[in-house]
Amino acid sequence: MKQHATLEANEAVSSVACRLSETIAIYPITPSSPMSEFADVFETRGQKNLWGATPRVVEMQSEGGASAVCHGTLQSGCLSTTFTSSQGLLLMIPAMYKIAGELTPFVMHVAARSLATHALSIFGDHSDVMAVRQTGFAMLASASVQEAHDFAAISHAVTLTSRVPFLHFFDGFRTSHEVQKIETIDDEVLRELVDDEARHAFYRRALTPDAPSVRGTAMNPDGHFQAREASNNFYTAVPGQVQAAFDKFAELTGRKYSLFDYTGDPEAEKVLIVMASGGETVDETVKYLAAQGEKVGVIRVRLYRPFDEAALLAALPQTVKSIAVLDRTKEPGAPAEPLYLDIVAALNEARDTGRLPFDMPRVIGGRYGISSKEFAPAMVKAVVDELGKPEPKRRFTVGIEDDITHLSLDYDPAFSIEPDTVVRAVFWGLGSDGTVGANRNSIKIIGEGTDNYAQGYFVFDSKKSGGVTVSHLRFGPDRIRAPYLVSSASFVACHQFGFLEKFDVLESAMEGATVLLNAAYAPDKLWDKLPLEARQAIVEKKLKVHTIDAFSVAREAGMGGRINTVMQTCFFALSGVLPRDEAIAKIQEAIKKTYSKKGDEIVRRNFAAVDMALQHMHEVPIPGTLEGEPRAATVPEDAPDFIKRVTAVMMEGKGDLLPVSAFPVDGVWPTDTTKWEKRAIAREIPAWDPDVCIQCNKCVMVCPHAAIRAKFYDKDVLESAPPTFKSADFKMRDFKGSGYTIQVAPEDCTGCKLCVTVCPAKNRAEPKLKAINMTPLEDLRAAERENYDFFLNTIPDPDRSKLNHGEVKSSQFLRPLFEYSGACAGCGETPYVKLVSQLFGDRAMIANATGCSSIYGGNLPTTPYAQNGDGRGPAWANSLFEDNAEFGFGMRFAVDQKTEFAQVLLAKLAPEIGENLVGEILDADQSDEAGIESQRARVVALREKLAHCSGKEAVTLKELADYLVKKSVWIVGGDGWAYDIGYGGLDHVLAQGRDVNVLVLDTQVYSNTGGQASKATPIGAAAKFAASGKGSAPKELGLMAMQYGNVYVARVAMGAKDSQVVKALREAESWPGPSLVIAYSHCIAHGFDLSLGMEQQKLLVNSGLWTLFRYDPRRVDEGQPPLILDSKEPKVKTADFMRNETRFRMIEKMNPERFKVLAEEAQESATHRWKLLEQMASIHFPADAAATTSSED
Amino acid sequence: MNLQTNYLGLELAHPIIPGAGPLTGEVPQARQLEDSGAPCLIMNSLFEEQIVREQRAAFAAIDEAEDSFAEALSYLPEPEDYRLGPDDYLSRVTHLKAAVDIPVIASVNGISPDGWREYPKLIAAAGADALEINLYHLASDPQMSAGEVEERLLASVRTAHDEVDIPVSVKLPPFFTSIPHFVSQLEAIGVQAVVLFNRFYQPDIDIEELRAEPTLRLSDASELNLRLRWLAILHGRTNLEMSLSGGVHSATDVIKGLMAGATTVQTVSGLLQHGPHHLRELLDGVREWLSEHEYSDLAQLRGCMSHQNAPDPEAIERGNYAMVLNSWTAG
Repeated sequence: MKQHATLEANEAVSSVACRLSETIAIYPITPSSPMSEFADVFETRGQKNLWGATPRVVEMQSEGGASAVCHGTLQSGCLSTTFTSSQGLLLMIPAMYKIAGELTPFVMHVAARSLATHALSIFGDHSDVMAVRQTGFAMLASASVQEAHDFAAISHAVTLTSRVPFLHFFDGFRTSHEVQKIETIDDEVLRELVDDEARHAFYRRALTPDAPSVRGTAMNPDGHFQAREASNNFYTAVPGQVQAAFDKFAELTGRKYSLFDYTGDPEAEKVLIVMASGGETVDETVKYLAAQGEKVGVIRVRLYRPFDEAALLAALPQTVKSIAVLDRTKEPGAPAEPLYLDIVAALNEARDTGRLPFDMPRVIGGRYGISSKEFAPAMVKAVVDELGKPEPKRRFTVGIEDDITHLSLDYDPAFSIEPDTVVRAVFWGLGSDGTVGANRNSIKIIGEGTDNYAQGYFVFDSKKSGGVTVSHLRFGPDRIRAPYLVSSASFVACHQFGFLEKFDVLESAMEGATVLLNAAYAPDKLWDKLPLEARQAIVEKKLKVHTIDAFSVAREAGMGGRINTVMQTCFFALSGVLPRDEAIAKIQEAIKKTYSKKGDEIVRRNFAAVDMALQHMHEVPIPGTLEGEPRAATVPEDAPDFIKRVTAVMMEGKGDLLPVSAFPVDGVWPTDTTKWEKRAIAREIPAWDPDVCIQCNKCVMVCPHAAIRAKFYDKDVLESAPPTFKSADFKMRDFKGSGYTIQVAPEDCTGCKLCVTVCPAKNRAEPKLKAINMTPLEDLRAAERENYDFFLNTIPDPDRSKLNHGEVKSSQFLRPLFEYSGACAGCGETPYVKLVSQLFGDRAMIANATGCSSIYGGNLPTTPYAQNGDGRGPAWANSLFEDNAEFGFGMRFAVDQKTEFAQVLLAKLAPEIGENLVGEILDADQSDEAGIESQRARVVALREKLAHCSGKEAVTLKELADYLVKKSVWIVGGDGWAYDIGYGGLDHVLAQGRDVNVLVLDTQVYSNTGGQASKATPIGAAAKFAASGKGSAPKELGLMAMQYGNVYVARVAMGAKDSQVVKALREAESWPGPSLVIAYSHCIAHGFDLSLGMEQQKLLVNSGLWTLFRYDPRRVDEGQPPLILDSKEPKVKTADFMRNETRFRMIEKMNPERFKVLAEEAQESATHRWKLLEQMASIHFPADAAATTSSED
Repeated sequence: MNLQTNYLGLELAHPIIPGAGPLTGEVPQARQLEDSGAPCLIMNSLFEEQIVREQRAAFAAIDEAEDSFAEALSYLPEPEDYRLGPDDYLSRVTHLKAAVDIPVIASVNGISPDGWREYPKLIAAAGADALEINLYHLASDPQMSAGEVEERLLASVRTAHDEVDIPVSVKLPPFFTSIPHFVSQLEAIGVQAVVLFNRFYQPDIDIEELRAEPTLRLSDASELNLRLRWLAILHGRTNLEMSLSGGVHSATDVIKGLMAGATTVQTVSGLLQHGPHHLRELLDGVREWLSEHEYSDLAQLRGCMSHQNAPDPEAIERGNYAMVLNSWTAG
């Protein structure tokens, strides 16, 4: 009997790869990481491969490392695999050439993803796999979850017999993350497929001193060429071997594949050629069109390399007259994309050699689906129609509107081929409300509990907090082959009523569809609350609307804000996919399965939610009245043109509609744009009580989103203040008589409560109240919006030059130039970034490693780096994950060069400019704020002088003049970058002696890709790839940097000592050589309530696991030890810190003995490190050994 | 000297038991207690409240972060054998049973009907020889009468008792309007023993930080008298076995407890202060005293100072309060 499972391709592939491998080397990269995570779990559970051994998994420092490990294990006779994507694959290229050159059986599985070019994209296309097509790897493309599962097996089988390594790929996200019901391959089938003799032959070829050989030799012109040709026959044989494996597979499973699969009219005149998931869409559309009489067909390329020309010709119908080749990649400057060129070359050669069995067809080629751009039947139809034109576009794009080079094909968005037998549902949810999780469950319920097929695909926006999720589900009696979004749904659910105000939620509802709204209004009052657009859609499409106050039900059931179970129950009740009672029983079964691990209490509460849901669901009467307010404009009228024209459209979720001309040509975007995106995602926001406040500004300091701010001001300004604006007398002696206000940005706050937990002031009469207290947003929103506008735009910023930037309190009057990012609520990283922006933002250039900080720092549509009143602010750029230190060093290198040249020109032009001004500029002390302001004033004077100077040098100096003002170069990234993938570069940059400031936001884990272990992960913590708890101590990055002697090094933790953070950042910035600040950042991946993040940091430092220190090379000159410890001897047990976080606690629950051992080791390591640092802190160096920087060299 | 005592259906060599506390849950200390002559162990309680709190906190911290962002659909690994529940308590029961030869009495404190139903069953299945139900209810709801509070507590006991075949004792708080009436209802349910009384965290006030500080200090002898009084009153008024818990630090305290009517006497703070070997000292002290005073077995003194048997029962009831007050004014 056929076994079925409902899963994502990543899992489907990994389950095969693990069973057919002995060693697995991995490194996390989206969207392939889940494959590695499954492998890690496979190992942790002790599951066995086909031959009875547990495959061993190792996480390396980069993809380059992972591929090199594979090279080593393969040469040593272990069947190996790895998983990767995008730039990760590019890092593997050098080893790939070696592995292929040495004819080594090996399979890597790639979730194909865009390469970062003008921008990073985590989404899918073939630009990565096409960049390795020349390495000598065979390339097998799968198009669906089922095929990915099947082709994984085929790849592992054929690589053994052919000795050619295989790259098996499928589309990132669209296939890797699509949930589908598939038929699974059992061990017996795998055993039949894998040639045991070939496996043993592979073992016999292993490098061993018992039968020594030498490999990786260096060859000379005499023989290298010939030896390169010596492997030709192995490649020639591969297509036949793959087809043989396909045939055997068909015998075993009934699923048939060919090197080039043709479907469509047997006498087709038009043929489309396509690879991977797009093939599913083309295949279905072609069948639909063929049924309507269109002479059309499709070739789906399975084996792309080695390219079998004969198989291609055999697959094409003899009647073919025109061909459209679809490439999911772009090669700027190439005559065309690679698949097109391969097809044309094959046809031409066949014609030239007389093997073409038909007249040479006309071949056109186009790009589609770049970075997961939607590729739906309407677009296929457009390509088919183009082929029918007398003069079709020879090169085209489809799926976008290209109004610049006019390559794009028009298509009819209303064209649909979806059969009525398929139930299609769309769910709009919020990340934290559990919508996606519930939908995954629903798919499994239907996929595994019924004969129906099911498909689920989930779209997330770019925000880590309050992100919008849209789930696209299909259920039906036949296998679902529709790798595109649901555009015509019979069921639409909106789990957050507020979305109706922002998005066109009902756009995807088909006529007569059922709509389910989560709303806090009585059914008969709901109509009046709907925006006009929603009412119009309901009336025009004759929608049936139901509602439930899911938040109330969830609260009553003890589920807090998790409305997933409530909404899921309503979905099953309304959609009729299953009989109601059966559905309820299956939901309960699924709840048990999903949550029993999380505890009986969670199961109980979910059950209660199911019980209550149906009683509270009501049909909404539709009065049909169509007057009333339409949705408010996404951005205000006074927003800049670009924001209104481009950014706002993207914010509405309609970015697909923007034409090519809307976009920057080079990836350069304006900063200061998050302020236009008022998301209002907090349920509660802090409200300030001026009477209780002690004006310490700690709340402002810790706010991850710059959504609570402080100002002091001349009280006269209050005359125009809104009525509810609050003010207190400012308590700072130097500014007596001023007013003081703490103001919250109500629509930017995420409600994380960090500010409330750090507030040290208590209301004496009612000590549960502090100086700021969480209050429902809706009670305050309108008034505080007005107040915030007044605070921000009418009250002037305090004069920077009058503030002591070295104090926590004063530093928080400096305007943050990093605001309202999409970081997680309660993020531990962003307070540091914000502080850097406050202290140095107006002169900062930031190189940001890929990771959380690059995502909340640079993920469109809006970005958080802001500008001050003078239009200055951080200039920010992200290169890659692995090269950030070098990238930032390059910035410094360039700035130094420009400054130096400006100084040379200045000296040269001194007679024209005036010796005094030149002297002042060249000798300027820019070590503090006042010095920088004075220099800026001098540069203004310089420009004025230069306006009257002629000559090329004066023109050049005018361009360079701003470089005479100090620039602060910051290199920012996480621990995955600094400790692992980027460490080599970081080390080298630190060794250069130039003035760069490195800020490591250390969450002790790869946060952005979902919590994989890094070398910063502490002993005893569970992380992905260290599921049983990390057994070794984290690397001492600070100590490693200190050994250079001329590097300023600090380790800080804001929650433990905020004053030290301010001090360290200022010292780091002012040190004219390299500086490294390692900042502990609590993180959602630690598994605890982040509102307690700062408290937990205190415990961490008190436990000795994170000793605070500053190593300042300048202190040697002063005769002092360069190292100062800023925290006291550990006094809290490490276990007390550890038990508060699930990452440690889960180890204790899983294996108390191991936890005990690891906690003791952590304790011992904390003590040892404290002792080491304590002793180092007493070391004096002779003053003449003082460190130098490159600028002093 | 025969100190043999039958408690909860267990044949104990003597009546001095290490009560629920930090020492009785860990194998090395349990072994030390056994070596010091402990006749059985009473484990500290499995607190449903704590488990539920952790489950909810972990759920909020982990699950609510899932499926929110395309790159990180989850943040922590999910190994199969990781469960947030009573498992570690249950495995401690199993480990203790395997590690010592003396009986192990487990203890439970529930907050929900499901908790009272499930956890005792699991504890019994894990091999505990008997179950001590640790009852506690902080009556803060002005709408709930004393009768309703008692009924709720009795319902919990009934639920737990019905789920297990092993003997059950109930550890009571001292805050009842009528302890004997409540105990008689426990008897009707079918439990075998009552334990007088439990001690809980009592919040102190930090006057600088304006916050409540949870504290749990070790018991001292001043707590003994309350327990002696209620043992003395209950002895003969109930057929249940009685165990004294709280304030026992010396052999004299043990003897007082037995004289007031206790079947067994539990000690925790003394063991924490002096170490497991303190149990041996208590036992030797009791033996010595009994021998000096020529008692041949415990039956002779058990309950001799109860309300029924004491020469001056009034002193146990009302008079005690008056006498103490008088002594203060006299002083």
